[in-house]
Amino acid sequence: MDIHEYQAKELLTKNNVKILHSILCHSGDEAYNATVSLNTPVVVIKAQVHAGGRGKAGGVKIAKTPEEAKNITEQMLGMTLVTAQTGKDGKVVHKVLIEEGADIKKELYLSVTIDRKTSNIAFVASAEGGMEIEEISKNSPEKILTVLINPSNGIKSYHVLKMFLFLGLDKPIYNEFNNFVNLLYSAFLAEDMSMLEINPLIITGNGNLIPLDAKIALDDNASFRHPYYNDFIDEDEEDPLETKAKSVGLNYIRLDGNVGCMVNGAGLAMATMDTIKEFGAAPANFLDVGGTADSKRVETAFNILLSDKNVKAIFINIFGGIVKCDMVADGVITAAKNIGLKLPVVIRLEGTNADKASELLETSGLNFIVGNSLADGAQKVSKIVNS
Amino acid sequence: MSILINKETSVLVQGITGKEGSFHTLKCLEYGTKIAAGVTPFKGGSLFNDSIPVFNTVAEAKSNIKIDATVIFVPAVFASSSVIEAIESEIPLIVCITEGIPTIDMMNVKSALRGSSSVMIGPNCPGIITANECKIGIMPGFIHKKGKIAVLSRSGTLTYEAVNQLTKAGLGETTCIGIGGDPIIGSSFLTFLKMFEGDPETEGVVLIGEIGGTQEEEASEYVKNYMKKPVVGFIAGKTAPEGKRMGHAGAIISGGKGTASEKLKVMKENRIHIAENPSVIAETMIKALR
Repeated sequence: MDIHEYQAKELLTKNNVKILHSILCHSGDEAYNATVSLNTPVVVIKAQVHAGGRGKAGGVKIAKTPEEAKNITEQMLGMTLVTAQTGKDGKVVHKVLIEEGADIKKELYLSVTIDRKTSNIAFVASAEGGMEIEEISKNSPEKILTVLINPSNGIKSYHVLKMFLFLGLDKPIYNEFNNFVNLLYSAFLAEDMSMLEINPLIITGNGNLIPLDAKIALDDNASFRHPYYNDFIDEDEEDPLETKAKSVGLNYIRLDGNVGCMVNGAGLAMATMDTIKEFGAAPANFLDVGGTADSKRVETAFNILLSDKNVKAIFINIFGGIVKCDMVADGVITAAKNIGLKLPVVIRLEGTNADKASELLETSGLNFIVGNSLADGAQKVSKIVNS
Repeated sequence: MSILINKETSVLVQGITGKEGSFHTLKCLEYGTKIAAGVTPFKGGSLFNDSIPVFNTVAEAKSNIKIDATVIFVPAVFASSSVIEAIESEIPLIVCITEGIPTIDMMNVKSALRGSSSVMIGPNCPGIITANECKIGIMPGFIHKKGKIAVLSRSGTLTYEAVNQLTKAGLGETTCIGIGGDPIIGSSFLTFLKMFEGDPETEGVVLIGEIGGTQEEEASEYVKNYMKKPVVGFIAGKTAPEGKRMGHAGAIISGGKGTASEKLKVMKENRIHIAENPSVIAETMIKALR
């Protein structure tokens, strides 16, 4: 899960990383008071949305007086921020972080992630701070250093030295850098992060290292040992349908097309979406109903699919292994009757008791269209939405 | 012949008395798998299904009964401990079905695997099956039929889709392995491709990948340089948006990396026969075998 900058900074503080003073604000008045209490020559007003690239999109501004901070905050709240990472719809700003200004001498890039290939912790460093790492990686990969750390051995001083030399920093700052890198490493493990990105990491005029921005993603699977993860969820940042689906235990992701998909299994669900596209239509969603596709679950899934007004037809693709197809068919029929389903539904059921299932669908009195294979079903549903 | 398991394989079930563990143990028994023992802490001394001895620990089970493989149905909170327990007890094959293990726990498991002699499959996977001989996992047994094609996959139901086609097309299967949908897994495609290349019964391999990570690319390189047997590939997630986890924790395109098109390109360049959609996997294999 992604979290906000202010939450990321809370986590860093908890793990003894020094950050600038800042105050979270939800209104112009709060911003006014925050600026007064910070009492620095300038403050920086930063929109809090789950996306990078805020600066270029107008989501980071400087103010010299409390009045100015108030005005800027009022303009920023409620505005839709479209950055390189938000997608074309952008994200609405609901809160801002007011932070003391800093005297920036140098900007660096430092991040910690998990290297899937080697199952190690990876530090990524670059002296090109403030820029997007994907861009640097594309245009000048030689400006990026990756240092892999085997977690069973832990981080060693030579790892830190490699980064320090690569970044071309001056010797007097070595101890501070060493300490900082070690704190990031332990914070990453302690909080079960999947990504920790400091961009930029700045060196101030006084020669101090300060993480100016912080972006953190947490490992959802580790939430059982970090109850606070739950408090970090910001519903304003989530698609309401996705949140609703999650609350009933369905794995749903909204997309742009008009074919609603209901599939068991994540891989098959993706493959179903791809096949719909191959036949000239576009999937409205990813939806994995999981192993127990009974009538109650199917009904819940139908309701989620139908809440998306773009959906013009539904494609149900179930491979019955342990779950029996006739049970699924029964569930689909009951659910369709209960909610008075009007949209065309193409169903493809394969596996255990598939024949029995076809019979049930045909004699149900409902207007189901049967797909004989995944491709056949995808082709039929695509034809319907394109006609 | 087959790889890793056959009708002689003696299997331990960790978490045998739990809901999932007991249900699937019975299904595996029905298939003909030799389930030799189970482990559930504090239930040692009892019998599962009136016949299978239950022990408190893996070490205890191993000192009483010969164990070739273990399957883990332990909840995510304790699963990494169960895997490490199996590694330290030197069980040759470890199959972990559990979904939802934290990535950092899996990183520790991988450290424990380095230098051990155990092979690990999973987590977050359907398991492994050698058709008509031994099933260690949660896949539907009846779709499998002894034959000549091996299946390797990061998915569950999509694997069944492929197996069903292979069986219906009369090709049949040797061993099928679901390697797991997490970012860090016990063994990658590469480990098993090498085994299948050396298995005289396997004549071709179906490789089902998905978005995220670089396993497919690494497998492709091996196929090009070392494999004589044809490999048919499919990648799920061509329409997946960037930055979203598509059900599996490992199925995510991040920073523009791990896309389906990137993987398909590398696979094509490395002599892997691409199935354009999942309905033509068997068909593509028949052509590749000619």
